[in-house]
Amino acid sequence: MAKRHDFRYFFHEGLSNMFSHGFMSFAAIGITVACLLIMGTFTLVAVNANALLADLEQENEILAYVDDSYTEEQAKALQSQLEKVPNVASATYISKEEAMEDFKAQYPDEEMFQDLDPAILRDRFAIRMVDLKLQSQTVEKVKEVEGIAEVNAFEEIAGGFVTVRNVATVVCVALIAILFIVSVFIISNTIKLTTFDRREEIAIMRMVGATNGFIRWPFVYEGFMIGFLGAVISFFLQWALYEAVAQGVDTNDTLQLIRIIPFSQLWVPVAGVFAGAGILIGVGGSLSAIRKFLQV
Amino acid sequence: MIRLKDVEMEYENGTKAIKGITLTIEDGEFVFLVGPSGSGKSTIIKLLTGEVEPCAGRIMINGFSVSNISEKQIPLMRRTLGVIFQDFRLIEKKTVYDNLAFVMRAVGAPQKEIRKRIPYVLHLVDLEKKADSYPTELSGGEQQRVAIARALVNNPNTIIADEPTGNLDPERSLELMSLLVKINELGTTVVVVTHEKDLVDRFGKRVVTIDSGHVVNDSVGGYVGGHIHG
Ligand SMILES: Nc1ncnc2c1ncn2[C@@H]1O[C@H](COP(=O)(O)OP(=O)(O)O)[C@@H](O)[C@H]1O
Ligand SMILES: [Mg+2]
Repeated sequence: MAKRHDFRYFFHEGLSNMFSHGFMSFAAIGITVACLLIMGTFTLVAVNANALLADLEQENEILAYVDDSYTEEQAKALQSQLEKVPNVASATYISKEEAMEDFKAQYPDEEMFQDLDPAILRDRFAIRMVDLKLQSQTVEKVKEVEGIAEVNAFEEIAGGFVTVRNVATVVCVALIAILFIVSVFIISNTIKLTTFDRREEIAIMRMVGATNGFIRWPFVYEGFMIGFLGAVISFFLQWALYEAVAQGVDTNDTLQLIRIIPFSQLWVPVAGVFAGAGILIGVGGSLSAIRKFLQV
Repeated sequence: MIRLKDVEMEYENGTKAIKGITLTIEDGEFVFLVGPSGSGKSTIIKLLTGEVEPCAGRIMINGFSVSNISEKQIPLMRRTLGVIFQDFRLIEKKTVYDNLAFVMRAVGAPQKEIRKRIPYVLHLVDLEKKADSYPTELSGGEQQRVAIARALVNNPNTIIADEPTGNLDPERSLELMSLLVKINELGTTVVVVTHEKDLVDRFGKRVVTIDSGHVVNDSVGGYVGGHIHG
């Protein structure tokens, strides 16, 4: 009595189990695909929102304008004070003249801007923060520094992205939990149907002395295949969906500043997570189906 | 060897089917188990296969103590038995060959052994030509011979048959019983439940008579007791 794992036999049996309930298997694969796609989509949105936040943390600056009465020397001296403010990563001094050059460079075609007097602008510091989420507190602290007249921050943008990321994370976790349970439940029922179909064969196997393990394996394989097929299909659908959305964002003028992470950088973890989750759903479903069934 | 000692068994609904049976069947024996309908014959078979558990007494089967057998050992115990039922219980969507291959595979037999063993067993039950037929294409007698082949194919120590001729006409019944005797002569212990008096009388084997959950007679030769059919 050989103890080796009869891979070919279990695979064959699992496959024919799957085809004996074409429609149910189709439904089970479908729900797995839905689960993985929703999970994948929300996760990818969260990942992109995170990347954007990181970008903003890099690029988004607070501008702190220096009081007009300060001389350039006095203004420059504020730098060390500003850098002592909590959450400030760096403060870079920009003089009126430099600011004017930047401004002109932004509007090279506007004649009337070209010979403006730098005196109408103020000296300023470009401040970078360690953590973008603490921006409003940091702005308050910077305002309190003596010699800073005004602070200009892009709060809405940063706040907006933080919100998107948080909402995406919460929705993602909740949806994944629900869909996971639903998928396991549906796969479990599909496999219960097969065990019911095969009850005669199971009775005979048990009668002639097949081990519980041997009787169970084909159903575990069936669940595995449903989960794995679901994962493969969702992967390609996810890919297509991602490329379509990326294309849409790319060609949309108002969304130009959003940088989408190319799928080529993401496909390995996406494939890994999909395969893992699909297999978990499938095998989990089959184990829950046969747990009760094999108690005699 | 099969040994029952003071065995009692009660179904969940309170029916006391076995009320204290002590019985020993030696290796190589041929035993008829007879008695009226409802006397407990099938329950004894179920006790032997481990399908139901005794509520008192001890059961030993081919070296396994059924009363305190571990979950893991039950399959090993069952491999020493080949079971045959009145209703054949063949898998209809598998051919004769596949029905046999199926149970060999179920106990982990390698393909090579399967290919060697099945023709031999089919020859024994005289069904070599039906290897590729489906059960529904066979007569009742042929189907029961397939069931015997299936019981034999894993080379068990003991064959247990619960009314194997119940669905067959008298001639087929005689043929089938002769086949079981032949198998016994090849060295396998055979226990046959039946209530066909004529058949039992014909073979002059050991006959154990059950009534109301008791052994009421255990002797070699004919059928004891008149109120058989029910
Ligand atoms: N599954 C069951 N549940 C409850 N009672 C049963 C069950 N099977 C058999 N019995 C009862 O146990 C007794 C013995 O039945 P059984 O062993 O099938 O008799 P036999 O095979 O000799 O006709 C009968 O009274 C029968 O009604
Ligand atoms: Mg009976």
